[in-house]
Amino acid sequence: MSAPEEARAAVLARIRGALGIAKLDRARRAAVARRLERHPRGTIPAQAVLGPAACASRLAEMLTKQGAEVARAATPEDTINAIASYLASNNLPPRLRMGADPRLAALPWKAAWDISRAFGPAEPSDKACLSYALVAAAETGTLFLVSGADNPTTLNFLPEFHMVLVKASDIVGFYEEAWDRLRGIYDERTLPRTVNMISGPSRTADIEQTIVKGAHGPRRLYVVIQG
Amino acid sequence: MAEATLSFKKAAANALADGELQRALQNIKTGFVAKRAAAKTKLPEFDALRTEARAIKDHTLTHLDLYLEAYESKVVESGGQVHFAPTAADARDIVLKLCRERGAKLVAKGKSMVSEEIGLNAHLEAAGIEVVETDLGEYIVQLKGETPSHIIAPAIHLNKEAVAAYFRRAHKGRLTSRRLSDVKDLVAEARAVLREKFLAAGVGITGANLLIAETGSSVIVTNEGNGDLTSTLPRTHIVIASIEKIVPTLEDACTILRLLSRSATGQDITTYTTFTTGPRREGDPDGPTAYHVVLLDNGRSDMLGGIFQDMLRCIRCGACLNHCPVYGTIGGHAYGSVYPGPMGAVLTPALQGLDHARDLPNASSLCGRCEEVCPMSIPLPAMLRAWREHEFAQGTRSWSERLALKVWAFVAKRPRLYHALAGLGVPLLRRLAGGRGRFTWLPFGTSWTRVRDLPAPEGRTFQQLYARRSREIANERP
Repeated sequence: MSAPEEARAAVLARIRGALGIAKLDRARRAAVARRLERHPRGTIPAQAVLGPAACASRLAEMLTKQGAEVARAATPEDTINAIASYLASNNLPPRLRMGADPRLAALPWKAAWDISRAFGPAEPSDKACLSYALVAAAETGTLFLVSGADNPTTLNFLPEFHMVLVKASDIVGFYEEAWDRLRGIYDERTLPRTVNMISGPSRTADIEQTIVKGAHGPRRLYVVIQG
Repeated sequence: MAEATLSFKKAAANALADGELQRALQNIKTGFVAKRAAAKTKLPEFDALRTEARAIKDHTLTHLDLYLEAYESKVVESGGQVHFAPTAADARDIVLKLCRERGAKLVAKGKSMVSEEIGLNAHLEAAGIEVVETDLGEYIVQLKGETPSHIIAPAIHLNKEAVAAYFRRAHKGRLTSRRLSDVKDLVAEARAVLREKFLAAGVGITGANLLIAETGSSVIVTNEGNGDLTSTLPRTHIVIASIEKIVPTLEDACTILRLLSRSATGQDITTYTTFTTGPRREGDPDGPTAYHVVLLDNGRSDMLGGIFQDMLRCIRCGACLNHCPVYGTIGGHAYGSVYPGPMGAVLTPALQGLDHARDLPNASSLCGRCEEVCPMSIPLPAMLRAWREHEFAQGTRSWSERLALKVWAFVAKRPRLYHALAGLGVPLLRRLAGGRGRFTWLPFGTSWTRVRDLPAPEGRTFQQLYARRSREIANERP
C-alpha cells in the first residue's frame, strides 16, 4: 500500500475498532445505503409550509429583514425597468456583468433602456452584476445560486452591487423543496460545483459585535421577484 | 497550543484583571445570548429539531466508516481527491505538499478551527509560504499574533481602537492621516487589503461546517463571504475537516443548519451557506481547477464507542461558550486551548491527553447551562465530571484535594455516620461563626474567604428538618 492508502486504512480501521465492529456486517451497510437512497426529511418548520403567493411575500419579507432590497415585477419589462432604475438611483453607470443564462438573455433589454452588458465571470473592476436564481426558499429568504457558465460564482461575491432575478413560480417554502428542485434539474445526487444559498448582503460583526455590511462580498443585494 | 493549559489559574487571574476584556465579555450577554433566545422563540420546532439532529449524528457516528467511504467516492466522482490524515502532523504535511505541488507562494484561508488545532499556519509559514486569514476576526488576531478567543467570534476580546492600531502597523503604503475611528472604516480597509490577497493566492483553504456523504459536498457557513472568495478565486481549493463533520444527506444538513446559526449568532440563517462539490466542471468559467479534502482524525476515532463519543456531535456553534459563566468571566484565551469554554474543556483532553489540560475539566461550576443550550444535546457537565474522575483515578490532583475527597466519599457512603457528623458539625460551626452567621476566615479555605465570606449554618441539618416536618405532617393527619 502507498502511504495515502495506509493512512486511509488506518483511520477506517481505528473507527471500526473503536465501534467494536469485528467484520463488515450487512445490516450496517444496508442501513447506510437505505438512508442515502431515501434521504428522508426531518421536521419541517410549519412557518415554511406555504402556498405559492405566501412564498413570494415571505421571501421578500425575510430578505428585507436581512438587509437586502426587494422589488416585485409583473412582467419582464418591469424587471428591466427595476434593474435600470436601481442602477440609476445608486449613481451607477448603466452597465452590468452577467453570465450566459438564457433566461436573463431573453429579457427585453432594448425595450426602454440601454444597459450595456459584459458577459462572463466577474472582473475585480465590475461594480454591478446580475444573476438568475434557479430556486429560492421562503423559509429564511434564501436564494439558491448555482455555478456554471450561466451564472458564474464570482458574480455572487466580487461586485459591490449584486442583483438577482427570481421567478415567483420558482419560490418554494422550505429548503428541502428547493433541494428537490435542484435534484430534478441536475442528475440525482450530482450537484454542480457550487450551490450558494444567499440570504442577504455580505456582513460582519467581528469588531465589537457591530454589524457592518459589505465585509468581503457585495455591500448591496437587490432581488427582483418577477411574476 | 498544549502548554498554555498548564498555567490556567494564572491566565484566569490575568483575564479577571483585564478591564478591556471584561468590557468585551459583557457584549456576549447582550449580543449572542439574547439573540439566540429570540431566534429559538421564533421557531417552535427548535426542540424537535434538536432531538432529530442528535439522532442524525448518533446514527452517523455509529456508521462513520461507511459514511466516510460513501463521501469519499462521491468526491472522487466529482473530480476531487480525499486525503486521510491520522494525526495533526499528517494533515500539516499533506497540505504543505499540495501547496508545493501547486507552486503556491500565498495561501488565502477561510475560518477553520481544525487548521488552528493542527497549527497549520506556522507549518506553512516555516516552509516559506505566506498565509493570510480572511475572516475579519481571524485576520485581526493573526495581525496581533494571537489565536482566536472564541470559536465563532475570534476577535471578540479586542476593541476597535486596538484593531485600528494593528491595521496602521500592518497596512503599509496607506495615508497615515486616514480615518480608522469607525468600525465601518476598519471593515472597508480590511476588504480592500484582503481583496488583493484573494486575487493573488494560489491556494485557498477552508474548513467545513458539514460534509455530506450523499453528494460529496463540503458546506461552509459565513456572513462575510470570505470563505466563498477563498474557495472560488484561487486555482486550488483545499478543504480541511475532521472526520465527525460528516452527515448522510442534504436533508440531514438542512436539519442541522436550522439549528447552527440560531444557536451561534441568533440568525435564522447566515448570509452565505455554500455547498462545494469537486473542482470546476467542463464549461465552468470560474472556480478552482483542483479540489482536495483533508480528513483529520487526530484522536477522534478513539472517542467513538466510549463515554466521550457524544462530544463528536458538536457542530461548533459556540452556544456553550456564550452561556458559560466561567467563559463569560475569563474569556477564551485563559483556557490555553484552541477550543475554549465547556466544549473545549471536554474536547481538549480527549484530543491531546489529560496531561495537557489538567485544569480544564475543573474550569466549570457544572451549572448545566451549556447542556441546556447545546443544539446537539451534548451532556457536557457529565463529561466534565468524567474527566475529573479520570484525574482522580490517575492520582494527579493535589494530595490535600485527594484527601478531602476521600474523607468525604468515606462519610457520604455511610448515611448513619454522615448524619451523626452533620448533627455534631452544624451546631459547632454555628457557634464558631459567633453571632455573625458567616465566616470571614477558614483554615484550608483562605482562597475562598480572601475575597468573600462563607455563610455559616444557622439552624439544624437538612435531615433533622426533614424528619421534623415529616412528623408534623403525620400528626396533622386525622
